[in-house]
Amino acid sequence: MRREPPQTIGDYAPLLFPAAMLTIFFVVPFGTMIAVSFFQRQQGGFYTPAFVFDNYGRFLSAFFGGVLGFSLMMAIAVALCCVVLALPFTYMLTRMARSVQVVWLVALLSVLSLSEVIIGFAWSTLFSRTAGITNILVALGLMGEAKALTPSFAAVLTGMVYQAFPYTVLVLFPALVRLDPTLTEAARTLGASPLKAFFTVVVPALRNTIVATLIMVFIFALGSYLLPQLLGRPQHWTLSVLITDQAIYQSNMPFAAAMAVFLVLVTLGLVALTVIAGRKGEAA
Amino acid sequence: MSGLALQNVVKEFGSFRAVNNVELTVPHGTFVCMLGPSGCGKTTLLRMIAGLDLPTGGAIRLDGEDITRVPTHKRNLGMVFQSLALFPHLTVGENIAYPLRIRKAPKEDQKRRVEELLSMIHLAGYADRPVSKLSGGQRQRVAIARALAISPKLFLLDEPLSALDAKLREAMQVELRQLQQQLGITTIVVTHDQREAMTMADTVVVMNGGEIRQAASPIEIYRRPADSFVADFIGQTNLIEAEADTVGHVSVLGQPVPDLALPAGAAKATLSIRPEDVHLTAPGAGAISGTVTFVRDLGGTIETFVDVAGRQIVAVSTPRERPDVTVGQQVGVALTPDVCVVLRK
Repeated sequence: MRREPPQTIGDYAPLLFPAAMLTIFFVVPFGTMIAVSFFQRQQGGFYTPAFVFDNYGRFLSAFFGGVLGFSLMMAIAVALCCVVLALPFTYMLTRMARSVQVVWLVALLSVLSLSEVIIGFAWSTLFSRTAGITNILVALGLMGEAKALTPSFAAVLTGMVYQAFPYTVLVLFPALVRLDPTLTEAARTLGASPLKAFFTVVVPALRNTIVATLIMVFIFALGSYLLPQLLGRPQHWTLSVLITDQAIYQSNMPFAAAMAVFLVLVTLGLVALTVIAGRKGEAA
Repeated sequence: MSGLALQNVVKEFGSFRAVNNVELTVPHGTFVCMLGPSGCGKTTLLRMIAGLDLPTGGAIRLDGEDITRVPTHKRNLGMVFQSLALFPHLTVGENIAYPLRIRKAPKEDQKRRVEELLSMIHLAGYADRPVSKLSGGQRQRVAIARALAISPKLFLLDEPLSALDAKLREAMQVELRQLQQQLGITTIVVTHDQREAMTMADTVVVMNGGEIRQAASPIEIYRRPADSFVADFIGQTNLIEAEADTVGHVSVLGQPVPDLALPAGAAKATLSIRPEDVHLTAPGAGAISGTVTFVRDLGGTIETFVDVAGRQIVAVSTPRERPDVTVGQQVGVALTPDVCVVLRK
């Protein structure tokens, strides 16, 4: 359906409120941040307006490059883990009775109500030596003695996957519900085992949804700030942690702003690459 | 025995019996249409033959081998779904090659077979098109070609033509029947369209309430329906109650009909008379009399409605043998044994 384009300025009125909100709460702060990223830092003070590239220059060191690389790798790992776990789970969920679906979805939504802090401390307890899950393994005779699983990379990954999993399911759910169940049945009559049917029909038919979900979880995980500190060692800290450290504890606003801008640019670049790759794959 | 055999097949959903003790033998190479109103269990029966649903009781045998518990993907069949279920992410050629790819057939064989099937369904050169760019009839053909790619033992179709418009549907019925005869493949089609069943089938299986009411050739079903449900469901018919007294004299709607006889010992029966068999005569002499209430002249056919003791009897005739009657006229409806089918009560 095509509509007539707006004729008068008055026709744009419904856009005014969202436009104003976006300007006040997104464009202005983001613009300020970009401006600050070029400012000069005053040692022991705050900052003075200037136009220098020092902040970006300092960022291009092995240390910060490493942190950026780790942050991206971590976010990609979380996104992959979430989708790999959530896709078969959601697929089976959509094929269950309505009442079972409701119970699961309510449980998942209640996980969303937990704050990052609670999730972090809960997992650090579960992974601890004294009260953690290793004690159960010891009791079952599977392990010699209880040990601490945190701080470690695996602990950070687990916490972040746990946090992002409900979002992943909720994004995949509508697409999987809409997927015609006769597609898999057709695949089975044509000689595909249920597992093969899943990989040759369900996954490819949902490729666009899967890519969109990967991007969403990736960006969600990139902003994670508390869990890496609660469950990881300093080398597992993400760029978000460092930005906060610079901005709040080191009082180096210009450098924190520069790092944030850089993170936004790299993220946008990666998302664009994914979208372009997805388009190419479709054309082929 | 070669072919498909259903032995005492039962399917229950909770306390509901969707399919009740179905016995059916489908010899190799025959075309069977399962016909019935919606909810009669015909689709459930087809899904059990495909292995998509498991029967609660009974056995399904294919070429003598019990396949009741064999998973769908090991049955080597081809099935066309009502929704067609073409894979949206694959091209026409990839869709048709899917069963071959799953079986890891060599690439060249796949390509050759796809070409073969595409020319069979008159879509040569369409291999690289996305399925979304096809018309309804073309999608239908692609679904058929995909189901036939491995030369299956059984070819199953669930309401395959219901999405097509009337003209295309009739053309596809003929095409499907010709294709089946050419390939000699055992085919089972589920449909609720009796014209479709009459056009295509060697054997029509009429189902109602989870049971087979009659399984016979289309003309047999039409000419000698087993009961009033079948008579009414297949084509149009006039169903009239007949009674016999203790010495066997038959009366219909209170008027004696000396020519007719009911099965020995039966006091009541239902007569089925096809509208084209109703012969209007002068009142009296071996006919029951009634009043003409309406004449519908459709050009090609003329329908005359006769009221006999409160029951409406429809007569259909061609313009050539147009009955010379007017509304309100008293006429006789001839009831001779050659036009009446006596149905069990």
